[in-house]
Amino acid sequence: MSGPNSDYDPVEVTPLKAEEVDAMREAALAAIATAPDLDALKHARTEHAGDRSPLALANREIGALPPQARKEAGMRIGQARSAVNQALAARQEVLEAEHEERMLVEETVDVTLPWDRTPVGARHPLTTLSERIGDVFVGMGWEVAEGPVVEAEWLNFDALNLGPDHPARTMQDTFWMEPADNAIVLRTHTSPVQARTMLTREPPIYVVCPGRVFRTDEFDATHSPVFHQVEGLVIDEGITMAHLKGTLDHFAASMFGDGITTRFRPSYFPFTEPSAEVDLRCFVCRGQEPAVQSCRTCRGEGWIEWGGCGVVNPRVLVACGVDPDRYTGFAFGMGIDRTLMFRHGAEDMRDMFEGDVRFTTAFGSEI
Amino acid sequence: MKAPVSWIREYVDLPEDLTTEEIAARLTALGLKLEALDKPGHDVTGPLVVGRVLTVEPEPQKNGKTINWCTVDVGGANGSGDPQGIVCGAHNFRPGDLVVVVLPGGVLPGGFEISARKTYGHVSAGMICSAKELGLGEDHAGIIVLPPDAGQPGDDAFAVLPLRDEVIEFEINPDRAYALSLRGVAREAALAFDAPYHDPAQRETPAPDGHGYPIAIDDPVGCPVFVAREVSGFDPTAPTPDWLARRIQLAGMRPISLAVDVTNYVMLELGRPIHGYDADKLQGTVGVRRARAGERLTTLDGTDRALSAEDLVVTDDSGIIGLGGVMGGEATEMSETTTRVLIESAHWDAVSMFRTGKRHKITSEAGRRNERGVDPTICEAAADRVAELLVRYGGGTASPSVTVVGTPPEPATITIPATLPADIMGMDIPADTSVAHLRAVGCEVTVDGDRLTAVVPPWRPDLTDPFDLVEEVARVVGYEDIPSVLPDAPAGRGLSPAQSLRRRVGRTLAGAGYVEVVNFPFVGGADLDRLGLEADDERRQTMRIANPISSEEPLMTTTLLPGLLKALARNAGRGIGDAALFETATVTLPRGTVAAPILPVDRRPTEGEWDDLQKALPDQPLHLALGVSGNREPSGWWGDGRAASWADAIEAVRVVATALGVELTVRSATRAPWHPGRCAELLVGDVSIGFAGELHPRVCTAYGVPARTAVAEVDLDQLLQRATLIVPAPRFSTYPVAKEDVALVVDADLPAGDLAETLREGAGVLCESVRLFDVYTGDQVPAGKKSLAFALRFRAADRTLTEAETGAARDAAVKLAAERHGAVQRA
Repeated sequence: MSGPNSDYDPVEVTPLKAEEVDAMREAALAAIATAPDLDALKHARTEHAGDRSPLALANREIGALPPQARKEAGMRIGQARSAVNQALAARQEVLEAEHEERMLVEETVDVTLPWDRTPVGARHPLTTLSERIGDVFVGMGWEVAEGPVVEAEWLNFDALNLGPDHPARTMQDTFWMEPADNAIVLRTHTSPVQARTMLTREPPIYVVCPGRVFRTDEFDATHSPVFHQVEGLVIDEGITMAHLKGTLDHFAASMFGDGITTRFRPSYFPFTEPSAEVDLRCFVCRGQEPAVQSCRTCRGEGWIEWGGCGVVNPRVLVACGVDPDRYTGFAFGMGIDRTLMFRHGAEDMRDMFEGDVRFTTAFGSEI
Repeated sequence: MKAPVSWIREYVDLPEDLTTEEIAARLTALGLKLEALDKPGHDVTGPLVVGRVLTVEPEPQKNGKTINWCTVDVGGANGSGDPQGIVCGAHNFRPGDLVVVVLPGGVLPGGFEISARKTYGHVSAGMICSAKELGLGEDHAGIIVLPPDAGQPGDDAFAVLPLRDEVIEFEINPDRAYALSLRGVAREAALAFDAPYHDPAQRETPAPDGHGYPIAIDDPVGCPVFVAREVSGFDPTAPTPDWLARRIQLAGMRPISLAVDVTNYVMLELGRPIHGYDADKLQGTVGVRRARAGERLTTLDGTDRALSAEDLVVTDDSGIIGLGGVMGGEATEMSETTTRVLIESAHWDAVSMFRTGKRHKITSEAGRRNERGVDPTICEAAADRVAELLVRYGGGTASPSVTVVGTPPEPATITIPATLPADIMGMDIPADTSVAHLRAVGCEVTVDGDRLTAVVPPWRPDLTDPFDLVEEVARVVGYEDIPSVLPDAPAGRGLSPAQSLRRRVGRTLAGAGYVEVVNFPFVGGADLDRLGLEADDERRQTMRIANPISSEEPLMTTTLLPGLLKALARNAGRGIGDAALFETATVTLPRGTVAAPILPVDRRPTEGEWDDLQKALPDQPLHLALGVSGNREPSGWWGDGRAASWADAIEAVRVVATALGVELTVRSATRAPWHPGRCAELLVGDVSIGFAGELHPRVCTAYGVPARTAVAEVDLDQLLQRATLIVPAPRFSTYPVAKEDVALVVDADLPAGDLAETLREGAGVLCESVRLFDVYTGDQVPAGKKSLAFALRFRAADRTLTEAETGAARDAAVKLAAERHGAVQRA
């Protein structure tokens, strides 16, 4: 920086000469315009617009000018610096855009590469199907009841009007716990949960009881010693077989689609009287000709055997402490495993119990 | 129950044009469920004709066989009227015999088409048929020789042979024992089509005259009625007529001999099991009593049986000669030399029949009927029918004297409100409809105001309760007419907290990459051995199944790990070595060996009775087990995979606990089946809920799962009970965070979790989190030491912390670590 310019001679302050300033500006603009990349532009910014740039240094000389000359010189320098800054910004924008474009091209990847690094889990379809069934009934205001699988003989049989000499007991091949005279069994159906519910709750009772049950069947494609049932129980005043039909029709439609209903046939269960077998209208062919002829789901029947049901036998009400003169009820039950088989076309029961991840993973977390 | 339609039609006048399918459908709707439809003989097509053998020329062959070159008169059936030349391999016939001939163009069962073909040097124009070739039975010893009066040559043989029929097989429910007979099935068919019914049990029988075979009943409860009738001079070699053998065969039984076939026929016809004795082998009075302890009997199946004091036995002067109603004895069995038959037609107590059959593991057609309940009023008719058939086909004479001891039990009388069927079915059923339908099923009904009283028919011992009558009315009205009405359930409360939380556990684990399995709860001692459990491990306290499916797995499991490991091994065996599985199921933990009481059923159990019943049952807590083997993340183009480790098993449980709002703490432990240095005990507060870590290498080998497989098992009930049901909303500061890292050198065996806990405590309230980010052992630290590096984050609720504040908090944390664990801050 020059010293105070006491002997005023504008010509002596060389950097402030108009042509000098113009030259600085032109040099700056040229450097900016020719900067090939952001690094070069950064360099040019330091050279031509930084604190030590010619224009910055020239700006400091303004104070050395006599007051009457300062304004003009200030304007000249200011305009030059402004032009340089604008050029910098414009060039910056251009170079950034170019850089981004180039970078994006360089960063291109093969999006078809697999990225199956995250292990995929699933819930068992028997679990999710049980839950879905439960949800249908919870939606009607019912509750889900549960009980133990190792159960007292009395609750599994006697309380349900299956006395020790009832022929139906031989129909249910029961696992007995040792010693056999301890009267403890693996429950052969979820019905003891119904008995427990009646014994521990006051009517009205509206419950659905999903759970696993046991019978001494060999393990093959269509049998398993361990399988799953869902039963429903209603105890209330004025309950009729028509309410049972209405409930099962609603259940059928909820699980298999609008218009799918049930059909009742007379049957026999010790715990219900009257009793019925429940057939489900085939949800694939809907029993319509000609589709029914070749339907694999119902094997050409138009109906699928689904379960059993009936009006709760008053003897069961008495054993379970419900006043049979005041209340009536209905009960129904069906196999969850079997429902899974026909609803999803699962052909081999063993797939459900062997734990092969390929079976379960297919069903995901909802069903 | 297999019912030939021709036999059904014998007792009910069904419209001729009714198809078997229609009959089956209507009977199914009435409660006799169609099991299968068979149309035997319909795969045989003609020309099938009666022929008379004219000539038979035996021709020995080189292969040692002798064939017969025959000419057979088939009338005009062959178009020419000339004798038909046929080669026949059988030898049980002579010229002049009437035989059954299938002519070229006919088809035999199995699609076997008959044509004129060259064989043994002749053109054989057709075939002389055996019973087996026509599907009439197993008899292949020779061809069918028809009775001389069977017909004329050229007659259609379909009219002569009981070849074609239609058989409906019904599944008979235990309450409908009456339908285990043609009498009962036909009665239902009459009901279904409102057709006239002819009861085959309606017959005139001779009155007892005191001169019949002597019978003495000692137990009129066990045997209320005993009818005996003798047939003498019977020809034991007389054949069973074709039609009778055919009916027995179509009904699913095997023809044996005339005497046996006739008793079986009458059982099928009337539903009443009959026993025949060789009367020459009987000694003195035949009696019925209960067996005495220690008595034995060899039954006609050759089995020597120890009898129970509850068994009803038939006796004579020699001792016990039969298990009444269940199986006869060997000593008095009818044989091929029997000429005197004593027919026993007795009514037995159904419960005794059931118990004896179960006790001696005897299942038979007779037992099936006797234990379900037979019409007690038709003993005489059945005995008479047997005598009639024996005499007609076996000759001899039926004794005019019949012995009848006892009287049939009275049928039940049931009174119901006339509106009960309507009230229970939810249908519009007028009282007179109920009366009509009850009468149609055989009840005698009287109406008294608004009440109906029904005396049930003797063949329906299953009808005992008011609701039984409702079902009878309803099935005749038709179940298809039941209206569909939704009941009005009261407002429910949705799933219980535990039910919702269990779903959350499953979803959380599935989200974390675990696949749910459902295993059987059965294990064997070997499964527990393979886990390496000590002899006194509490998981060896198991409940044993008396009748397991497999003798290898007779125990109710106390741990879910065996099933889980088998599933992992099965997946590995199928080429899926990278697997993560979980199961939630109850385990069975015995509490003692108290018997569960058998409570009365005529009232609610008392509280004390109910408690006793509950106490007899084992604890059945819900467990969660999970296991992970192979790679937790697979290798790929991105690089190596990440092998599953002890840490995954712990972390999976922690993820579950976090989802339940439960804080899990971890401490090192030693427990089978885990690797002793890689096993963690998992706690909630002070309560141990389970263990997790890497399996002991020996257990991996024993179960055949990949090395380094890691598993966890926890008591899920304990976790669920501690779940946070209502999550408190968090409060957090928006002021800047201050971070401080510290590296501490400590003894190598100091658990990192303990040090982290100390740092958190020492750092005080300003400390937001303590996170371990590096573990170092090596040259930079002394032997027996390790360096643990933690990132500490500090934040205040109400201000930006100064460097001095965070520095002080960090120093306090380090100081406490130094005091408590001898930790030295690493330079």
